[in-house]
Amino acid sequence: MKKSVIRLENVWKTYRMGHVEVNALQGLNLDIQEGEFVAIMGPSGSGKSTAVNMIGCLDVPTKGKIFLDSHDISKLGESELAQIRGRKIGFIFQQFNLVATLTAIENVMLPMIFQGIPEDARMKKAGELLNLVGLGDRMNHKPSELSGGQQQRVAIARSLANDPDVILADEPTGNLDSKTGANVLDFLEKLHHEENKTIIMVTHDQNLAKVAEHIEFLKDGKIIKSTRS
Amino acid sequence: MLKDYAVFSLKNLRNRGLRSWLTMIGIFIGIAAVVSLIGLGEGLRLAIMSQFGFLGPDVLSVQASGLAFAGPPGSAVSNPLSDDLVPKIEKVNGVESSFARYLESSTIEFNDKQKIVIVISVPEGETRKIFETMVNLKVEDGRLLKNGDSRKVVIGNDFKQDDEFGKSVKVGDRILVKDITFEVVGILEKKGSFVFDNNVFMNEGSMIDILGTEKEKVDVIAVKVKDQSRIAEIKSNMEELLRKERNVEKGEEDFQVQSPQQTLEALNSTLFAVQLFVYIIAAISLAVGGIGIMNTMYTSVLERTKEIGIMKSIGAKNSAIFTIFFIESGFLGMVGGIIGLIIGMSLAYGVSALGRIFLGSDLIQASIPLWLIFLALSISFLLGSMFGVLPAYRASKLNPVDSLRAAK
Repeated sequence: MKKSVIRLENVWKTYRMGHVEVNALQGLNLDIQEGEFVAIMGPSGSGKSTAVNMIGCLDVPTKGKIFLDSHDISKLGESELAQIRGRKIGFIFQQFNLVATLTAIENVMLPMIFQGIPEDARMKKAGELLNLVGLGDRMNHKPSELSGGQQQRVAIARSLANDPDVILADEPTGNLDSKTGANVLDFLEKLHHEENKTIIMVTHDQNLAKVAEHIEFLKDGKIIKSTRS
Repeated sequence: MLKDYAVFSLKNLRNRGLRSWLTMIGIFIGIAAVVSLIGLGEGLRLAIMSQFGFLGPDVLSVQASGLAFAGPPGSAVSNPLSDDLVPKIEKVNGVESSFARYLESSTIEFNDKQKIVIVISVPEGETRKIFETMVNLKVEDGRLLKNGDSRKVVIGNDFKQDDEFGKSVKVGDRILVKDITFEVVGILEKKGSFVFDNNVFMNEGSMIDILGTEKEKVDVIAVKVKDQSRIAEIKSNMEELLRKERNVEKGEEDFQVQSPQQTLEALNSTLFAVQLFVYIIAAISLAVGGIGIMNTMYTSVLERTKEIGIMKSIGAKNSAIFTIFFIESGFLGMVGGIIGLIIGMSLAYGVSALGRIFLGSDLIQASIPLWLIFLALSISFLLGSMFGVLPAYRASKLNPVDSLRAAK
């Protein structure tokens, strides 16, 4: 039996909008196991983004528990969460979210700065990662000088900087044309197979979800269907 | 890690180049004002101290009032003191001796180079000794002037340096004073006061006979009192005599009797008032500069909300975000301070150099003590960081989810 990496137990998230309370998540249960490729699917407004924020330790639930490596993180403070995010989880966003003022290699080094990794080691690792994503010749380019696909590859390299167990990709191909999107997807699959990373991908695209071995369907803040291949 | 944050902060500042510079202008105007004005004030204070500080507390000086701006004291007044006052003052109760002093602005030439100095008279006869003790006149080379020395001078220690005439002046050399040849018989000990170090001393007789100084128009009458505890009383007796002699009413005096110590205190308190004023203006300007930094930093937090979200999502703790913004504002302050310091110092030294070139006066001096430099730098850094605390705190407290959603 595989170990569970992230487990959400009856997680509720309530937002207050003026006088109205909106339940973005309504008793979400989710169990993601080590080395799995999971796709989370659902229409917009289904609570996908909120779920990603919970899984990614960017936010804490209003009610319920979140276990990361069987430690409850739902009551942790901002700085502890940041520390965990930095070490355990690599983010890939739909908007790439690179720091515009930094070059590709500096962007990849940034997560390592926050973990206090010495400069030499940072440089070496960032260089290796950029080579891995095929951007060895674009290291000193700023995001504005790179194409969308290239930016997303830099973001993938950055997500791997601290060698996290989990890669959390939120609509990673949403801003890319289908060919570049397919490349990015191939790369995630490669990470999954070769590096044995746990990949969690949020998407609304049925075709993309096919590569996943475990698909969770989200609606109205709850899982309505779960398939494992 | 701090170093990495600093590098990152610096990069951010460079990226917002123009805005960073504009923000810093606020600080550097303030710092430049403080440094230059305090530097000049300090220089002026030192110059005055050295001018008067050597005279003992038992000395009074009499001058016709209305000082010329840059010439020797008492030399440019409408109604100068006349030399017949000297023996009359000596008869005032409590006065030990009095003598006339002549000061004449004059060109001197050596090694084909000219310079404007003040030629100072040395009294002849018995009063010579009193004068020499009064101002503690000693030579380093050669000898002091003697009675009957004609066409001979004693010069200040500065002329031993090459930079005055391109060549050092030695005992036995000949210099031209107002195009008349004089022999240098002695070089004074270094005093640290331009009254001595940068001037020429000549027997009173030589000044009158050879340079043509008018004997009747005395620049300063120096008075030594017998008992310094009675100095105030003697001073008022002298004033009474002078009013009668010069035919003026009390309150309309066209002369001044001063004790150097009193003068020094008066000047010091005036200077202090001026410096206080400068401090207040500088404080206001620095506060405005600080608020400018705060404004820039707040704008920067707003602009970089998304970036803050990104950094948080990839593992930046609140403290890291705080540090990055805090260092940025500190940098703005300190770089502003350094530039201000450089501008302020150049201004102060520039003004004193201009003063020397155009007025031939050493009174406008700049003195930038080390404490002023440290003060300026620490104030500017503190200011930058102080006004950066709130924006940095705000940045650090941003919620990562909301910041990530912020439009770029």
